[in-house]
Amino acid sequence: MIILVLLATAISYTLYANFLQKNERVGAVGELAPDFVLKDLNGNEYQLSDYRGKGVFLNFWGTYCEPCKDEMPYMNKLYAEYKDQGVEILAINVGETDLAINTFASKYGIEFPIVVDVNGEVQHAYNIYPLPATFLVDSEGKIVKYYDKPMTEEMIREFMEQIKP
Amino acid sequence: MKNVKCECGHVNPLGTVICESCGRAVGENSKTNDLLDMRYEGTARRSQVRNQTIIDKIWNFFSSVKVGVVLIVLALIASAIGTIFPQEMNANLDKPANIYYEEKYGWFGKIYYLLGFHDLYSSWWYILLVASIGVSLVICSLDRAVPLYKALKKQRVPKHISFMKRQRFFNQKTVGNTEKLVVLAEELLKKSRYKVILDHGSLLAEKGRFSRWGPYVNHIGLIIFLIGVMLRFVPGFYVNEQLWVKEGETKVIPGTDMQYYLTNHKFLVEYYSEEDNEAYKNALEQKGAIVKNFQSNVTLYKASEKTLPGKNPELIKIKDDEIRVNKPLTVDSFSLFQASYKLNEISSMTLALTKKETGEEFGEITIDLTNPKDVYDLGNGYLVYLMSYFPDFVIKNGEPATNSPFPNNPAFAFKMVTPDKPEGEISFVAIQQNLEPMGENQYKMAFKNADFVNYTGLIVRKDLTLPIIAIGGAIFLIGVAQGSFWQHRRIWIKEDNGDLFIAGHTNKNWYGFMREIEKIFAGTEIPIPKDQGLEKEKKDTTNQGVDSVG
Repeated sequence: MIILVLLATAISYTLYANFLQKNERVGAVGELAPDFVLKDLNGNEYQLSDYRGKGVFLNFWGTYCEPCKDEMPYMNKLYAEYKDQGVEILAINVGETDLAINTFASKYGIEFPIVVDVNGEVQHAYNIYPLPATFLVDSEGKIVKYYDKPMTEEMIREFMEQIKP
Repeated sequence: MKNVKCECGHVNPLGTVICESCGRAVGENSKTNDLLDMRYEGTARRSQVRNQTIIDKIWNFFSSVKVGVVLIVLALIASAIGTIFPQEMNANLDKPANIYYEEKYGWFGKIYYLLGFHDLYSSWWYILLVASIGVSLVICSLDRAVPLYKALKKQRVPKHISFMKRQRFFNQKTVGNTEKLVVLAEELLKKSRYKVILDHGSLLAEKGRFSRWGPYVNHIGLIIFLIGVMLRFVPGFYVNEQLWVKEGETKVIPGTDMQYYLTNHKFLVEYYSEEDNEAYKNALEQKGAIVKNFQSNVTLYKASEKTLPGKNPELIKIKDDEIRVNKPLTVDSFSLFQASYKLNEISSMTLALTKKETGEEFGEITIDLTNPKDVYDLGNGYLVYLMSYFPDFVIKNGEPATNSPFPNNPAFAFKMVTPDKPEGEISFVAIQQNLEPMGENQYKMAFKNADFVNYTGLIVRKDLTLPIIAIGGAIFLIGVAQGSFWQHRRIWIKEDNGDLFIAGHTNKNWYGFMREIEKIFAGTEIPIPKDQGLEKEKKDTTNQGVDSVG
């Protein structure tokens, strides 16, 4: 009897640990978003946990990523609209050159903060697949959704609504 | 629960087939005169006796050897199917797995993914299957080993004659002085390293009992092995990550919880040359270059404090090291192995501002491709603005663009400001290309040279489960040896009114046992047992012969 209980415990723990590991791999939805500190091109630091109380639209992007180019204008437009409603956009560049980012940002007139993940540490922490990759973080700092496909304006709007505090 | 009372007055638990005390057959068995089934000493096994509660049912299910074999076969089949397509972790997917398998292998690939075959060792049902094998091993063993152990421990020396008669080895003989013969037998058996106990004129000689524990020791080894494998899923026990570091770059070592950082100073490939050894000459001529050494010169650092991803902590140098193939750098329980490399990525390019007509140069600019500047001042009114930079240049939709952030095919758009042309001229420079999109220029950016860097590809590994797996394997082998190379042999001798009875039992190698008995008792009056099993077999075969004729 005791033996059966022990065995059952061992097995359930293994399964549980395995699920944890699986979740870690795709940015655990429902878990706390891994905190990070990144700098923008002017050297200003942005820390995710400073955004507690606000929804954060966390977008990983690169200048070479075609869907990213399409999404940027929508994000720009909706950023202006949702900023006052407590939703921020933080765009994490995957570690390109300042020149490339600057050229891109001025071409699209980007208003929201762009930070650079120079060593890829944040990408590793979130374990992202190829771009684009978007995480929706709610006002409590939890990941609500992970989305790895191109987004339309309506989708972005819907996402913003989801994390509005 | 009902118990079974033997003729001798001993009360046996339900399910017993051979009386614990005197050895008489009890229950169904007592009606025939066939040889006794001596497995598990005829004791009552839990799984044979109880079948009321759910716990009993689970116990009975897992205690069946058939179920165990089926589980093992299922696990084998699943593992075999898992090899049809590459596993996710080995496949270097360029797409998420849910898309990849369907796109590459069609509907079968989709099912393969949905059933979790793409990542078999982490799929819940596979883990459950392997865990069930473990449970089956534990329960099978306990169900049998515990009653067997008890029975052998408390076995009584005097056995009823019916017990002896129904052993495979048995004989009886009327002799003169039985008491003297029993004492002689004791002496002879002790000489052959039997443990002998005398009790009321009965004798029990036994050796090699521990061989009976072989299979269970074997199972314990297997269970430890399985526990080791399961521990891989427990965080902190197992790490297997890739780390690419460019020369000159410092990166955090993945899997170390951001504790350790590594700088790659240089990656080098060395080749064998004829100077190493005259004898190499032929081989080198045939094969061309043969690599002698892959090596990364690195420095290991420890972070002074735990930081968040993206923030650079203060680094404390631990050591300089050279990582070669099979000569990993080790720190704590981590090992960094040389696994891969990438050579000759362009790190910087040097170009000269040149007047086309005269070829006169007005200075050189060196563009660091990881950090290009937007303006390079050459003095005397000569300026070069870097307007855009495309590391992996392609034309997409008629516009210059980049395919990736890696400088595989760098291209630049320059604006050259000179005293002649203060408003500037636009030049587009790619490898072996020079475009002038805004019309004919007087100046050009002429390519001078490029510098290259190498990447080293390391594998970060930590495996605390290996010692456990090794111990499990060792115990497994001890169990195998224990069960295979030794036999549990027992001899019973009993005197009764001038008759001397002898019976023998072993768990294997009956032939060798008989030879041993013959040798021990040679030249004495002690009867040598006859192999009743052999006689029965003969009878069976003759009967079969008759049957087939009939």
